[in-house]
Amino acid sequence: MEELLKVNDVSMIFGGLRAVSNFTMEINKGELVGLIGPNGAGKTTAFNMLTGVYDPSEGEITFEGKRVNGKKPYQVTAMGMARTFQNIRLFSELSVIDNVKIAYNMHIQYSLAEAVCRFGRYFDEEEAVTKKAIELLKIFKLDRYQDEMAKNLPYGEQRRLEIARALATEPKLLLLDEPAAGMNPQETHELMEMIRWIRKEFDLSVLLIEHDMSLVMGVCERIYVLEYGFCIANGLPEEIKHNKRVIEAYLGEEVS
Amino acid sequence: MNSIKKHDLATLGACAVLFAIVQTLLFVDFIGPFWELNIILILINVILSVSLNLINGYTGQFSIGHAGFLAVGAYTGAIITVKLGLPFELALVVGTLCSALLGFLIGLPTLRLNGDYLAIATLGLGEIIRICILNIEYVGGASGLMGIPRFTTFAWAFWITVFIIFVIKNFKNSAPGRCCLAIRENEIAAETMGIDTTKYKVMAFTIGAGFAGTAGVLFAHYFYIAHPASFTFMRSFDILTMVVLGGLGSMTGAITGAVLLTAISAVLAEYPEWRMVIYSLTLIILMINRPQGLFGSKELSLKMFRLGGSDNGRATESK
Repeated sequence: MEELLKVNDVSMIFGGLRAVSNFTMEINKGELVGLIGPNGAGKTTAFNMLTGVYDPSEGEITFEGKRVNGKKPYQVTAMGMARTFQNIRLFSELSVIDNVKIAYNMHIQYSLAEAVCRFGRYFDEEEAVTKKAIELLKIFKLDRYQDEMAKNLPYGEQRRLEIARALATEPKLLLLDEPAAGMNPQETHELMEMIRWIRKEFDLSVLLIEHDMSLVMGVCERIYVLEYGFCIANGLPEEIKHNKRVIEAYLGEEVS
Repeated sequence: MNSIKKHDLATLGACAVLFAIVQTLLFVDFIGPFWELNIILILINVILSVSLNLINGYTGQFSIGHAGFLAVGAYTGAIITVKLGLPFELALVVGTLCSALLGFLIGLPTLRLNGDYLAIATLGLGEIIRICILNIEYVGGASGLMGIPRFTTFAWAFWITVFIIFVIKNFKNSAPGRCCLAIRENEIAAETMGIDTTKYKVMAFTIGAGFAGTAGVLFAHYFYIAHPASFTFMRSFDILTMVVLGGLGSMTGAITGAVLLTAISAVLAEYPEWRMVIYSLTLIILMINRPQGLFGSKELSLKMFRLGGSDNGRATESK
């Protein structure tokens, strides 16, 4: 299988705290990988290193053979990684369609002069972007809200919009940070279906951070487990489920 | 997309009608010199508030050093016409470009700051520009640069204002403009959507500073003089007040704010002892009743007033 993302012995040190230590991970093309761990295990820190928010203190991250370390978040997005946030970060005072159009920005070719004076490629490209955005909203059943302000959407719809927006950057790897946070079991189940479907439809790989065990076990093909910044296990969901270290990390040690 | 073009043409037509009316009234002396002066001042303030709205309202970068860029435009424009004897058109271009260049150079380091820190940095910056000018003998120092010919006419001021409004409106409704709005809404999310936030912040700041420079050239060439005392931080606050009063992030709001405050100031000129009282009362009442500004971040459009006028015929983009 073709390798997409390679994380090689990466650490993130904040002062005296090693938030993530010697973390190694690979994601292959088309894979659906999960990253789990108890609160404060360093999952989001790992995520932030992958997406350029933090520059790793040690180690190297490569995406399609190109180095990610030291790149700014917008450059990482341009390489083909898109993410969502644990606490939703939409452009809340803008319309739903503008939220998606903004994410298409990287693919717009027209110059500032063409934009301001409205000639040349401006009209064609604007039309194309609007069309693409509406199509994407239709896929996520958000098109009826397209002129609504993003902050007025119900919670579940806001989560969906965030995923739609991330997909608009046309990524090869989609990183989802606790997409099921605040959802009920029914919604979580729908989300599971959606994640599987997105991977197939958009032909991409997915890395999922999650608390919700049922979601991770149900949807991921391979799982990495973090505890106190260390990767304590990785493998198939079945292996992880019966791994003694993992059970200890989640439920505490057995009383002997 | 064709409807946008039609909309623009209609707005432009309304502008032309408004221009013809005011120009005729000026020609037959129905509008006296006092109000002529104030109309020019209104137009200059409209340019200033619209360009500040691009930085503060659209991009969300709280800048309060706009008077500094106004001063740069005024002085460079005056140097071109008075000291070098070159035409007014060139002064307009050079004044705008110098101001934009300064905005670019200053924007690069300062736009890394945000919120209060950026406000203080830009406030200090405006004062630095003013004090530098105060100490340059070549441009008259503290006594100001005098003997500037009156090249600014109503026609110049009006059409430049219309042009700038159109440029900023088009900017907002394009990809770079959307990036600026995204930065205002959530900078972290904007960056993860592939937007180079520094680039767009500096872009908005540069354009805003450049247009403030244009206003400066018009200003100096109407009032015969460029004087450091016209460009204190109180002037920056005046502009900011207009933008906030109209509603941060609303183009029509910024225009209305500028028109309203300048007009109030002019009407009250006859009652100097009451002027500041009424001026401040208006602001206090408005801020109590509409803290988000007259229009909030919405735009005034024909759809809101089926029967009403089109906001003095100026840009009324409904998006």
